Amino acid sequence: MALLEVRDLRVVFQRKGSAPFTAVDGVSFDVDPGQTIGVVGESGCGKSVTSLAIMGLLPTRGNKVTGTVNFEGTDLLRLSKRQMRDRRGRDLGMVFQDPLSSLNPVIPIGLQVTEVLERHRDMSRRKAMIEAAELLDKVGIPDPKRRLDEYPHQLSGGMRQRALIAIALACQPRLLIADEPTTALDVTIQAQILSLLKELVQDTGTALIMITHDLGVVAGLCDEVNVLYGGRVVEKAQRHELFAQPRHPYTHGLLASIPRLDAPRGEKLVPIKGSVADNIPWDDGCAFAPRCPNALDVCREVTPPQEDQGGGRLLRCHNPVLPGTPAAQEVSA
Amino acid sequence: MTSLLNRKKQRVDELAESAGTSLAADALRRMSRSPVAIIGAVIVVAFVLLAILAPFLAPEDPYVRYPELLDQLRPDSIPGPQPGFLLGSDELGRDFFSRLLVGSQQSLIVGVGATLFGLVVGMAIGGLAGALGGWVDSALMRFTDILLSVPGLLLAISIAALAKKGSQTTVIIAVAVVSVPIFARLLRGAMLAQRHSDHVLAATSLGVKRKTIVFRHMLPNSLGPVIVQATLTLATSIIDAAALSFLGLGDPDPSRAEWGLMLGNSQRYFDVKPELAFYPAVAIIIVALGFTLLGESLREALDPKNRR
Repeated sequence: MALLEVRDLRVVFQRKGSAPFTAVDGVSFDVDPGQTIGVVGESGCGKSVTSLAIMGLLPTRGNKVTGTVNFEGTDLLRLSKRQMRDRRGRDLGMVFQDPLSSLNPVIPIGLQVTEVLERHRDMSRRKAMIEAAELLDKVGIPDPKRRLDEYPHQLSGGMRQRALIAIALACQPRLLIADEPTTALDVTIQAQILSLLKELVQDTGTALIMITHDLGVVAGLCDEVNVLYGGRVVEKAQRHELFAQPRHPYTHGLLASIPRLDAPRGEKLVPIKGSVADNIPWDDGCAFAPRCPNALDVCREVTPPQEDQGGGRLLRCHNPVLPGTPAAQEVSA
Repeated sequence: MTSLLNRKKQRVDELAESAGTSLAADALRRMSRSPVAIIGAVIVVAFVLLAILAPFLAPEDPYVRYPELLDQLRPDSIPGPQPGFLLGSDELGRDFFSRLLVGSQQSLIVGVGATLFGLVVGMAIGGLAGALGGWVDSALMRFTDILLSVPGLLLAISIAALAKKGSQTTVIIAVAVVSVPIFARLLRGAMLAQRHSDHVLAATSLGVKRKTIVFRHMLPNSLGPVIVQATLTLATSIIDAAALSFLGLGDPDPSRAEWGLMLGNSQRYFDVKPELAFYPAVAIIIVALGFTLLGESLREALDPKNRR
């Protein structure tokens, strides 16, 4: 049994006076202990909402979450608020996008690390402080004892994200969700943070869900990738297969739109036309059809079902990209 | 709630001192470089010192009618400055300068008392509304809306008039009630903003208890604008209290040295000795200016946008 089994997760936001908005539309995936899976997609595809739903951090009002999130056999969605609070930080950790705003600016780093330890491991402040220094040391913060007394604004961006990771991992959760953990950092720091995450996951056997829009992050870290579009998984594959042979036109487009070192000089990047519509309808046809270079008539009429391609590969497309299609061809289509 | 607040604040302050570069220390450092802040601070410190030391500094007894002054008192003339009486006599033959000095005490007591009162009640209301949200928030905010809908001084006058007999306490309460909704709204707004902030979400994602989130993560981050408002409220409280006394809604004891009352009593003698109105008015203005300058520069110093 997988550590985390997300089945048919659906999040509907109900706003007064307007039609309900489905942000996550039947997402399913498994995470095994020690495994890293990626959830990829552009802004508004539902990736952050998915992670918040798993953590039970969505606002209590104005939305409806259905489906199941089985964590070691317990459906997290059925737990009471109190039970969920006990689990968060202890069994499930989360790292957020902006390391500065995710730290409390008026209290020192040390207190923010010990807070979790005191909460979940019943440590005394003194013991927790010692543990906190070790944690900061483990995530590669130099001179951790001094850092404990410092305030978030005194740390560099990379250091702050390291501190946040230390806090999230303080109680050795079995699942860590990282929601765009490197987006606010520059490239060299990104690489450091990613290798730190990789190392920690390998050392502790923590399962990691990596929420990102950056395929580069996925390429370096994830075992399995879920590509989200309009709240649904449009393609799921092992990392190598996905990069070697993207089948869904959306995945294909994403890969074509990032520069590659091995591409000939002067080659143009191919953007995906248009942008995500506000409310993406999956009811009649494929949500990606209006932007899809491969779209057929059937795509606009029949919702594509999720098909098992074998080898753990799932695809939701009527007219997938043929193996070996270069990116450039799509411009003419 | 207040004791808890104080304890929390004390802890935050202690921590701030230990590292020396917290928000508070940062703000202090920035203020020490601003001339406006220094002028404001000098006025405020001088005022507070004067008020505390007034009984010792006053050259004469402010409550005694001196025979040598009474002798010179005529319906069309009030004695001016003379040896022993720096600013001469008031309308009843008392030493005007000593009364002016001692008058600062009343302003300080009423100003600080009313501000503290308003701060505590306002923060309790705003804190509850901001921390709990939902119907508690709606109910409390409707209540403050009602208070806010009445112009401040009018509200203070009504409350002071409700009391059968005016006294210092009724003035303090009347002036405080005016600032309650302002503090309540300010804290509630700041707490609501904190509630949706990333670091509160991050703390929630760690399973931190709600009480801890409110007192450690939301409240300390919401105090900045409240502190600024408190400094500014000191100024308006002093003015409002003087206004109430001026209108005869303050302490009915006519011998009491109070700037607003002195201003009120001077009206009838304005053509005889305009200084009787001038000096108390100037005193009120300078003190109010001092607190306002200090408050404004505090606002600037605490503005996170100005942080390096």
